[in-house]
Amino acid sequence: MAMPEIRNYTLNFGPQHPAAHGVLRLVLEMDGEVIERADPHIGLLHRATEKLAETRTYNQALPYMDRLDYVSMMCNEHAYVMAVEKMLGVSVPIRAQYIRVMFDEITRILNHLMWIGAHGLDIGAMTIFLYAFREREDLMDCYEAVSGARMHAAYYRPGGVYRDLPDSMPKYETSKWHNAQDVERLNRNRQGSLLDFIEDFTVRFPACVDEYETLLTENRIWKQRTVDIGIVTPERALQLGFTGPMIRGSGIAWDLRKKQPYEVYDRLEFDIPVGTNGDTYDRYLVRVEEMRQSNRIIRQCVKWLRENPGPVMLDNHKITPPRRDDVKGDMESLIHHFKLFTEGYSIPEGEAYAAVEHPKGEFGIYMVSDGANKPYRLKIRAPGFVHLSALDEMSRGHMLADVVAILGTQDIVFGEVDR
Amino acid sequence: MLDALLTLVIVLLKIVALLVPLMVAVAYLTFAERKIIGYIQGRVGPLHVGPRGWLQPIADAVKLIFKEIIIPAGANRFLFLLAPMLAMGPSIAAWAVMPFGDNLYVTDIDAGLLYVLAVTSLSVYGIIIAGWASNSKYAFLGALRSAAQVVSYEIAMGFALVGVLLAAGSMNLREIVLSQEGSLLHWFWLPLLPLFVVYFIAGLAETNRAPFDLAEGESEIVAGFHVEYSGMSFGVFFLAEYANMILISMLTSLMFLGGWLSPFQGIPLLESLFSWVPGIVWLLLKTSFFLLLFLWIRATFPRYRYDQLMRLGWKILIPITIVWLLVVGAAVVGGLGPWFDGA
Repeated sequence: MAMPEIRNYTLNFGPQHPAAHGVLRLVLEMDGEVIERADPHIGLLHRATEKLAETRTYNQALPYMDRLDYVSMMCNEHAYVMAVEKMLGVSVPIRAQYIRVMFDEITRILNHLMWIGAHGLDIGAMTIFLYAFREREDLMDCYEAVSGARMHAAYYRPGGVYRDLPDSMPKYETSKWHNAQDVERLNRNRQGSLLDFIEDFTVRFPACVDEYETLLTENRIWKQRTVDIGIVTPERALQLGFTGPMIRGSGIAWDLRKKQPYEVYDRLEFDIPVGTNGDTYDRYLVRVEEMRQSNRIIRQCVKWLRENPGPVMLDNHKITPPRRDDVKGDMESLIHHFKLFTEGYSIPEGEAYAAVEHPKGEFGIYMVSDGANKPYRLKIRAPGFVHLSALDEMSRGHMLADVVAILGTQDIVFGEVDR
Repeated sequence: MLDALLTLVIVLLKIVALLVPLMVAVAYLTFAERKIIGYIQGRVGPLHVGPRGWLQPIADAVKLIFKEIIIPAGANRFLFLLAPMLAMGPSIAAWAVMPFGDNLYVTDIDAGLLYVLAVTSLSVYGIIIAGWASNSKYAFLGALRSAAQVVSYEIAMGFALVGVLLAAGSMNLREIVLSQEGSLLHWFWLPLLPLFVVYFIAGLAETNRAPFDLAEGESEIVAGFHVEYSGMSFGVFFLAEYANMILISMLTSLMFLGGWLSPFQGIPLLESLFSWVPGIVWLLLKTSFFLLLFLWIRATFPRYRYDQLMRLGWKILIPITIVWLLVVGAAVVGGLGPWFDGA
């Protein structure tokens, strides 16, 4: 009698899957529900950002950066403008630096809220998702107030930020769904400037984080589902090229904001949380604490920004646009405006690498210029790509339900993995 | 002959009188779920269909009925269509022995408890067959999980029912309620507290509700056993799940919270003050409380992994029930008052 052929169960997980975080296609080889091999297939969201940037002037390529990791938009922009500024050899006004840091941290909270919601949903905790989105809404409003767009802001520009913080917040209006009373309540913290709104948020936010933690941190099911899942040892984390919360969860306090401070991070007080076991639960704790630390940084920035008005953009009209009313009356400004928005500016021959501590890890832009008004080559170092390549190693021997937890803890966003 | 026909008509009328309110209750339970979970999550839930969303379940039903039922090419047609009926049948059949009051029932059989346990256990076959017949890997995993789930909670559930049986000295659901007469403290939730909790947890697992919705496991195996179902074939699974939820809630209130007995029994002033309230109101209130618990738990807890559910079933729930069965047995033999002193 011939032995029946024993084969592993192969499961095509995604790209149409509620926990695929976008368009991940994961081919799982399983023994029952135990994962023998996880083979991520990427590229379904590939938009050739790097190649596109080669055919756009430096300012035109900027909005593509928003679309990489589309839940931490401004941090992507930050790395790009830092690379351009490095090659131009300019430094931006201090107020712009503070605004950038403040919005970097707002973006970090924005990203971590998205992560905690999606991670919770992956593990089956539904409510946390909506709680997180409630606060995200306020931060999206900050984006909207400052740039006009809720997601793809294009707010950071080489030479500073697009404009100073607005004096007023957009307000709700009465509609079929909101009567005057509702609107009055919704607009209560929108009476002052954007800074007032952000400050009000930083006062409210720690209690919100407490609320998320009451749902998850000591929840026995949550702990059973995350403790000892996807362990990465510190040595292995270094070898795999992990950055951000993924490496800090393994106990290595690697954070570019401390290790190679950019902008004004060296003037701000904040702590870097690290984990001990390198498992999913530790990475959860690290990210939750990062939200609290980001809140702390935002507060310091708000305080400084209130006291120190000043320019937010360089006055060098070869790389930054002139004022709108100057363009109307001044010939030279008109020429500058025209040149900037058609030809752009050229960057001297050379190369530069600029990296920021993105919410997901080290997000870097490597740029090579041949002296033209477009980059010769643009390479994007996306943290998610590195983390995803460790998925196989992290999920081997775990069960199908744990793969979902591991995907959640890696905080994968396909915009940056596929670029 | 005429007599027999008359009996048949009366029985049919009774069934209609039971099923129509049940289906309405199922429909509005889905509405309540969306509303209550909505408010828990800081949303408002359905608001647009009808006055304040009250016609939403009707709209859902109409939509499901008019949708095409797609049968996958590789599926076993017969079993694929049989499975939803297998899931739905038991969850309705179990209602036959449900007493809603002292004289308010469709049938009153002596082995009611046994019947309920036997019939509700059958509904898992619907899930397993659905998962197998779909010929989809996700559905198949859901079916396997369901099988694993069954062996881990059914025993604990059965033992919890044995506890009730010991305490009441009867398998007839009506007599189980009547033996709890006296006062709030006479109800079985107190002497059988661990079994009460175990039964409700097992009930969550039996109905495939969060945190034990492994067979569905939305974020892992998409929708599990019913991933290939559409239109009303999916709708029937849905109806079965919610009918089961109501069933488990009502059984819990019958067996542990005194069914239709007033909570103010034995309290001098309040008893006479509330004596005009019909028993069925108390029963429905108690049932609604457990239904609320179902929804509340769904909104609060993450999902178990299926090996963890098995561990919970075998290492925690079953030992608890066994120990408490011994305790209850001793208490019954010893005639411990006020529950088991034969009064």
